[in-house]
Amino acid sequence: MSTQMQFGIFSVGAVTTDPTTGHTPSEAERIRDIVTIATHAEEVGLDVFAIGEHHNPPFFSSSPTTTLAYIGAQTERLILSTATTLITTNDPVKIAEDYAMLQHLTGGRVDLVMGRGNTGPVYPWFGQDIRQGLPLAIENYALLRQLWDQDVVDWEGKFRGPLQGFTATPRPLDGVSPFVWHGSIRTPEIAEQAAYYGDGFFANNIFWPKEHYQRLIQLYRQRYAHYGHGTPEQAIVGLGGQAFMAKNSQDAVRAFRPYFDNAPVYGHGPSMEDFTEMTPLTVGSPQQVIDRYAAMREHYGDYQRQLFLMDHAGLPLKTVLEQLDLLGGEVVPVLRKELAQGRPADVPDAPTHAARVQAVYGDGPAREARPNAAGGNNLTVGGPYQDTPPAAPKAGSAFGTAATR
Amino acid sequence: MTGTRRLAVISAGLSTPSSTRMLADRLAAATIAELSERGIEAEASAFELRDYAHDITNNLLAGFAPPALEKVLETVAAADALIVVTPIFSTSYSGLFKSFIDILDRESISGKPVLIGANAGTARHSLAIDYAIRPLFAYLHAEPVSTGVFAASSDWGGTEDEVAPLSARIERGARELAEAIALKPSLEAIDPFDPDSYLGAGKGFGHLLGGLAGE
Repeated sequence: MSTQMQFGIFSVGAVTTDPTTGHTPSEAERIRDIVTIATHAEEVGLDVFAIGEHHNPPFFSSSPTTTLAYIGAQTERLILSTATTLITTNDPVKIAEDYAMLQHLTGGRVDLVMGRGNTGPVYPWFGQDIRQGLPLAIENYALLRQLWDQDVVDWEGKFRGPLQGFTATPRPLDGVSPFVWHGSIRTPEIAEQAAYYGDGFFANNIFWPKEHYQRLIQLYRQRYAHYGHGTPEQAIVGLGGQAFMAKNSQDAVRAFRPYFDNAPVYGHGPSMEDFTEMTPLTVGSPQQVIDRYAAMREHYGDYQRQLFLMDHAGLPLKTVLEQLDLLGGEVVPVLRKELAQGRPADVPDAPTHAARVQAVYGDGPAREARPNAAGGNNLTVGGPYQDTPPAAPKAGSAFGTAATR
Repeated sequence: MTGTRRLAVISAGLSTPSSTRMLADRLAAATIAELSERGIEAEASAFELRDYAHDITNNLLAGFAPPALEKVLETVAAADALIVVTPIFSTSYSGLFKSFIDILDRESISGKPVLIGANAGTARHSLAIDYAIRPLFAYLHAEPVSTGVFAASSDWGGTEDEVAPLSARIERGARELAEAIALKPSLEAIDPFDPDSYLGAGKGFGHLLGGLAGE
């Protein structure tokens, strides 16, 4: 089923001490909890769960596809995504394989947000140079696209060994690769990259004032049109956000303040009052969260995905689950309605695998990749599969109801 | 107002009134006068970092500038030249001054003429301009003029240096800054989100991918 907007949560995947109790969860505890949180997201009616990728303590989330596959096995509708996948330090061949595998296992409920990461030493740990961050993001993604879009790839680049006649397996489910968003908080080249490919653009929208993201999203929309994927309004935009709620807004402020004051990233910095004024963090009643986020499209245009950061700063599992109850029970249903009002008909729906398959095959059968008998010989005339892959799906206006208008 | 050159004046003094600010004001006024003699109109925007000290710390911690500080950063980035004055603390620029420099966009003062001023209790700190402050601006690819103006407390009286009094040193620094400004075209505001800025004029993503002709 197609939805105009997808709502969900994204997790950094950190282990943080609860400042109110001093309790530091073990990695085992947090990993169990994140599965509970993700499955609860589906139970309360959310559409998306996304998790970050880090390679150092206090983060536990080094292996997103393992985590997402396990969550995928326990959910039915939930779209599994990343926040973000390190396109700089992961081998694009491994990304192509891992996420195609995950796509098959979850029946297509997978997309990815590409990012460059923010921990400097990750680059040398994975044999790269942080000063090459942007060229790595550009070259690696170009290779990833080829690996998903073509059965047989010859490749030579600057950052990894060459490939001759290489086939990334399994082939994307139904011959349609996972949808890709490109995440950035300040780099115009990444907005350009997303626009060039007709991919989505995701602004995490949690740490900075909206003006920073506005300029990037405006640029992405304008360049999306420049590269011929549709109008600027048809570009695919996702936003992050952050909220803490209680029925009574003063209770929310009181309960969240110790977590805010000690939070990684912004703790011991600006006051919670200043930070909530300057950034999209909203601490208050569900209605206040609704009002704040219903207004996002006034700054960024009608968009496709809204994710919230809910499990962080040491909040205990019970609190996170209660927050999800409020988010799914009181906030998102209202936001869905409010954001549907006045949404132009030609603004694309949020991307789903089903809609993207439909865009490529119409009502015809989708690709089922069956290897030829000459297993392993990718260079056989005619290719390694019994058929040839379809053209890559067009992004943008090809999704959902907008595609048929 | 077209053609009016913009000076951003940064003063890192901590007290009010501040002799750092006094020096900054003298340098700004002298520079505007020197420019005026060359037929160039100029205006100065002066900022005392003390007013932004909390914002600067918050920027270091949270990664973004609160609105008031953001305005200062924008003014600095858009200026044709900078006048920077810091008290000398423990043989170098003050921590507040360095913290401010640290939150600037790396590129934002590249190529800008800078007049450096400093003040301290005694003239024994006067070389701090050349061993501590000048290298900082060289590292950032700014273009400090060769004269740095140091003012010791006694310079504000009459007898410290009768051969090269403070006023003469201010005039000399201001003259060098005015000459540097006059040699440069008025700064065109560069929009970092203009594809021509990050791709090069008329180029497309193909150029970032490398080796592709045109787009």
